[in-house]
Amino acid sequence: MSGTGPLGAAGAVLRRDLTLFFRHRSDIINPLLFFIIVVTLVPLGVGPEESTLRVMAPGVVWVAALLAAMLSLEGIFRSDFDDGSLEQLVISPQPLALLVLAKVFAHWLVSGLPLVVLGPVLGASLFLPDRAMGTLVLSLLLGTPILSLIGAIGVALTVGVQRGGVLLSLLVLPLYIPVLIFGASAVSSAAAGLPVIGPLALLGALLALALTLAPLGAAAALRISLS
Amino acid sequence: MGRFRPGAETDRFGIRIAASGNGVHVTLCRPGRRPCIWLHLATAGTVADKATVDDRPEIAALARRAPRLEARALECVRNDRVLFHDLDAALEPGQVLQVEGPNGCGKTSLLRILCGLSLPGAGEVYWGDAPLPEVRAEYYEALAYVGHRHGVKGELTPIENLRFHRALAGGTPDRVPGDALAHLGLEGFEDVPCRTLSEGQRRRVALARLLMTRRPLWILDEPLTALDRSGVAVVEGLIRDHARSGGMVMITTHQAIRLEGCVLGRLRLGG
Repeated sequence: MSGTGPLGAAGAVLRRDLTLFFRHRSDIINPLLFFIIVVTLVPLGVGPEESTLRVMAPGVVWVAALLAAMLSLEGIFRSDFDDGSLEQLVISPQPLALLVLAKVFAHWLVSGLPLVVLGPVLGASLFLPDRAMGTLVLSLLLGTPILSLIGAIGVALTVGVQRGGVLLSLLVLPLYIPVLIFGASAVSSAAAGLPVIGPLALLGALLALALTLAPLGAAAALRISLS
Repeated sequence: MGRFRPGAETDRFGIRIAASGNGVHVTLCRPGRRPCIWLHLATAGTVADKATVDDRPEIAALARRAPRLEARALECVRNDRVLFHDLDAALEPGQVLQVEGPNGCGKTSLLRILCGLSLPGAGEVYWGDAPLPEVRAEYYEALAYVGHRHGVKGELTPIENLRFHRALAGGTPDRVPGDALAHLGLEGFEDVPCRTLSEGQRRRVALARLLMTRRPLWILDEPLTALDRSGVAVVEGLIRDHARSGGMVMITTHQAIRLEGCVLGRLRLGG
């Protein structure tokens, strides 16, 4: 256990958050159940015709993934705020943005990565063609971290507000829309046999942008929320 | 002031300028009156009182390098009420400053401002010669804060909590987590999730953090809450040792705290 230096500290944050998530599994399982339930309810609502579902599949999977990601957002900072751990993070000598990035990464590992894994299964249940599966996985792999990163800014801003859930949705949803559009359109294009490099490249660009800027924004927002 | 030479003599105007361990004093000495210190310019990196530096040389060395903490003309407004204004306070190495006052007088707000967690309405906090925002990284390497919400994770065991804190704090670790917990009287509870511990025991886990890393400045918000008599004695011992080895402690408490042999200052808020 070296634990000296910023990377050691970020590693410790990552380890600790993963431990916490695994000791509190219901927090992770709820959004996943939500994801599964929404996608499996769609055929019941719109009818089981293969042609309809096939067209809707990319959009449905992506919308459900986005909402599931939003459900779990609060978990990034809420409990740390409530018990004072967040104050200790802020007054640690390590760069706060790096610690935030570690927290978001831990959160994505337990809430975003399962969505990526479940995506193709649920896609198949909606008759998504096999040739679009790779693109679905890739688009979710690029897209869900963006959702977590943008969400972290929103949560950091609203964590000091009692019942800030509605506010959080209002803040975060507009920023999620580009991700949804490019993610779903990539999968639709793949299903139609069209090139997908365009929307995927844009998702990648968004991820690069979020990865570099969102931790800084979330760190600044945390300092504001705590004061 | 250029024509006065620093020295022990009093000049013909009755003004004496003397350099001491912790700065320059300008003293006004009038015949027939007690000399009064007129101006005290403190220097950064002040030397702790010789008598208070004990036999832990590494901590004494740390303290000697530690600057002083100073609040200048702080103001705090909460819910449109001025809690305090024009508040000046200073904390030198080797000193303990106890903040007193009734509930809601702004003790916690003051400590949070001093930690850099909240911004004051007016005024500034100085660490050494520089305002806090300029030396934030340095300051946080010197600060240990145990707040009202003590930052102990209920799902983790005390050992895991302390290990995490040590990794977060960086620098040279002072003690291993097991030792620190034993010092706080938590032997046998190392591997129990903290949420099953009592409030007082969780408070002890939070206080054990102070022993994990060498930090010259401790800011403790109500550290004695929920502690039993033996716990209070342990914390008093910690504070005494820390101050004697040249550390600084800022503390709020409603309980009587016995700190014999410490340079104890008091700061009263709220009238």
